[in-house]
Amino acid sequence: MDLGLLSALNSERAARRATVLVTDTSNGVQRLVKEVDIATDPLAALLDKQLRSGKSGAVATEDSSYFLTVQAPPPRVVVTGAVHISQAMAPMARLLDLDLTIVDPRTAFATPERFPGVTLLPEWPDEAIGKIGLDSYTAFVALTHDPKIDDPGLEAALRSACFYIGALGSRKTHGRRVERLVAAGFDEASLARIHAPIGLDIGAVSPAEIALAILGEIVSTLRGPRRQTS
Amino acid sequence: MISTDTDILATAETWAKDGRGVALATVIETWGSAPRPVGSHLVIDGEGNFLGSVSGGCVEGAVVTEAVEVIADGKARTLEFGVADETAWKVGLSCGGRIKVYVERILVEKVN
Repeated sequence: MDLGLLSALNSERAARRATVLVTDTSNGVQRLVKEVDIATDPLAALLDKQLRSGKSGAVATEDSSYFLTVQAPPPRVVVTGAVHISQAMAPMARLLDLDLTIVDPRTAFATPERFPGVTLLPEWPDEAIGKIGLDSYTAFVALTHDPKIDDPGLEAALRSACFYIGALGSRKTHGRRVERLVAAGFDEASLARIHAPIGLDIGAVSPAEIALAILGEIVSTLRGPRRQTS
Repeated sequence: MISTDTDILATAETWAKDGRGVALATVIETWGSAPRPVGSHLVIDGEGNFLGSVSGGCVEGAVVTEAVEVIADGKARTLEFGVADETAWKVGLSCGGRIKVYVERILVEKVN
């Protein structure tokens, strides 16, 4: 591998941008394809599929075989609300290699005792999210039920490229939320990005089950469906 | 695991920029119960110093020895380890899996 190629790969990684390194296994010729350039690449479909899987692997076309080294940033989940559901989410997210950050200005909730080993930001979401920066490998989840905390978080998420936005609450609660966000200047198309009611429909009841439904929906959005539904 | 791989690739870059001969080993295929997934990296310098892992310790020694050769002659090669292989018995991929490892030199453009 060229040192220049390795440097380019490392700087994309440092910026939390995905790349695929394509190695032609017959002659060792390599090139680096940035995520933004995948769509226009001759191997577009193969590269896209490999990147979505999040794993490196060997692929073959009619006339060549390649090894694709996938460098995807570690996915993050940013949650507003140091609540029961996020407590259940913490160990599940760890097992799923999802990097969890919990934002809640209510310092009585956001304590290390309730969230051992979790990144906790006892701040208002607008300040905290400005610092974190939501990118296309970040999921945002609003869980407080309190518009004062959830709404600023949702507004920041809607202005970002994050791959998943979810908000807890009934259809009625979400209806009122949509009204507030429309009043704040968001259009219908962008509000359609919010998953609400949140989570896969598995009939979740307990906080842990709701956490499972939410994380299932996040994984499904990140990886894309595998089975054909036809 | 992902962040560890970042450190490995960053180390490969640092070592190469420091003027050390560097090789990068990548797991390109696994069969059966291989200990490290496809895409795992090991970085090696000309002295045999290394960082990372391609097998969780079983065949690193053999990969490092080959990598020193790769650094010397500049030719990339693919190594295979498995229980059917005598070398693998010797170096011990005892989990019963097989792995294929691609070892390549990091090329630094020479300024004339």
